[in-house]
Amino acid sequence: MLEKALKGGPKYWAWIGFLLLVIASGFCVYLGQLKEGMTITGLSRDVSWGFYIAQFTYLVGLAASGVMIVLPYYFHHYKKFKGMVIMGEFMAIAAVVMCLGFIIVDIGQPQRMLNIIFHPTPNSILFWDMIVLNGYLILNVVIGWTCLECERQRVETPKWIKPLAYTSIVWAFSIHTVTAFLYAGLPGRHYWLTAILAARFLASAFCSGPAILLLVVFLVRKITKYEPGKGAIGTLTTIITYAMCVNVFFFLLEVFTAFYSNMPGHIHPLAYLFAGSHGHHELVPWMWTAAIFAILSLALLIPPKLRYNQKLLPWSLAILVIATWIDKGLGLLIGGFTPNPFNEITVYWPTGRELMVSMMVYALGALTLTVLYKIATDVKRELGELTTPD
Amino acid sequence: MKQSRRNFLKFAGLSAAGLCLAPATAAMASGGGTSKEGHAVVNSNSLHAKRWAMVIDTRKLNTEEAIEALAETCHHIHNVPTIESDQNIKWMWTGSYGEVFPEQENNFPSEDQEKHKFPLLCNHCEFPSCVRVCPTKATFKRADGIVAMDYHRCIGCRYCMAACPYGSRSFNFMDPRTHLDMDKINTKFPTRMRGVVEKCNFCVERLAVGELPACAEKSGGSIVFGDLQDPDSNVRKALRENFTIRRKPTAGTEPGVYYII
Repeated sequence: MLEKALKGGPKYWAWIGFLLLVIASGFCVYLGQLKEGMTITGLSRDVSWGFYIAQFTYLVGLAASGVMIVLPYYFHHYKKFKGMVIMGEFMAIAAVVMCLGFIIVDIGQPQRMLNIIFHPTPNSILFWDMIVLNGYLILNVVIGWTCLECERQRVETPKWIKPLAYTSIVWAFSIHTVTAFLYAGLPGRHYWLTAILAARFLASAFCSGPAILLLVVFLVRKITKYEPGKGAIGTLTTIITYAMCVNVFFFLLEVFTAFYSNMPGHIHPLAYLFAGSHGHHELVPWMWTAAIFAILSLALLIPPKLRYNQKLLPWSLAILVIATWIDKGLGLLIGGFTPNPFNEITVYWPTGRELMVSMMVYALGALTLTVLYKIATDVKRELGELTTPD
Repeated sequence: MKQSRRNFLKFAGLSAAGLCLAPATAAMASGGGTSKEGHAVVNSNSLHAKRWAMVIDTRKLNTEEAIEALAETCHHIHNVPTIESDQNIKWMWTGSYGEVFPEQENNFPSEDQEKHKFPLLCNHCEFPSCVRVCPTKATFKRADGIVAMDYHRCIGCRYCMAACPYGSRSFNFMDPRTHLDMDKINTKFPTRMRGVVEKCNFCVERLAVGELPACAEKSGGSIVFGDLQDPDSNVRKALRENFTIRRKPTAGTEPGVYYII
């Protein structure tokens, strides 16, 4: 089926060319990082993880979110998702590719990466994260590819796909739980040291992931005439709305615990993020944007009239994505490292070169997604199934 | 044609078998008939303990100058570069009371407490979070309680830096040699490379040859170093006779560095 990715119009090739250009220029900057070291980033002794790991964390959520389509389809035989299943699985593949990319660009000695396998260390959560992420990648590649190939040849999917699909549903929850455990088990990082972190991660994943998926699907619909069906879009939007309600609720639980207990260690990171402290206010506008956008997205999604308004929906989803991205892609990491172990504040902000390398990884994900979606839509077009009837 | 190929293969097989045998016979010949693996020779002067620990008397050691002098010695011995930015490397450094004991601050501190500076270094914890999270065992706890590092195995993921509640670990954001005077380095200790984490090592290389850690040796008695498990040791004596506290006891790591206040 791969050959389908090699046949496309001028617009398709222009897009591919653009992505390759971004990857190439980002790679040049990355070579500089390899040569000079991580000194080209805004990271420091006190804020030792930053933009790269934050993107990794956010994208694990995107990868896990495919389950919001796969689960209703396989567990509840929700047929309206039939046309969307492959999109969710291929999105998961692209997301995990980006996750692995962000891990690789974040480590200081990437050529020693395989030490994680040569010296397996089960007491390290990173070891388990490596296992669940790669396992999830393999599961989605095998399931997605096999199902599409069977569809193309108009044959029944093999029997072994079903148990594999069930496994991938449970597995999806594991990837974001394990990623949360990376953070939630560290003494002295008050902002992360909360039993609810894995639940928060899953809640924000199940609203932001499907939102990104829908936005991409709307784009694909414009380009290829692919139509997931009104029913599928409606159901997924409802799932997004519920997940966002839970996500905001969980965050407010954190706020209550911190401020009602009045414990400085719990208050300090939140105070820095939303009000600034010690004269540092770098994140205040960002965090309030996230808070306002989160409420706004709920205001636009909860009333059914607004939720099913197809003109408004992309905007509501985009607002939701921005809110969740700031929360997880900036606030989470910086809040965990602020204040530092000496109760001081070291300011972190990504450098231009750091953002260039990040763009490379994002472009790599976009390229993966483009190729996979091109194949999927071409196959569905041949079958005359580009449109899912409601 | 066929015949010759067969012969060639036979010859090749025999040669390969010979290659496998050669090291074994060599080992037999040199090993005096035993097949035991060689082991490192232990320096007969080396110092041993069940659990190394440190007691710092902050009544004697409490000025920026005095602590910096010790840190300078430590950094020279271990080729720790001096980098003037947030991407610096610190094995030993100075902090105020509030920085060192952030959860044990008082709203009306004594004049001494406000004025005094305290030395900071790796705590060599009993339950080190850095060791728990390291995905390659590059940082590990030795039998004598020292938390050590293998700079060649570290992949630079910096998980240990996120895990350490004491901010005791540094990352080589750049090649450290660019910030070292290469004419003056200590050639008995390696320099590191960019992309790996490092920290105080309780001077394992000195203990191995019978010397105390450099900071303890230079401190004029204000830093005591010894075996925590031995009731008659100098550290246990110091702990018996003085009021001591440790950093962030709530983290549950059981630090091996005690401060006499």
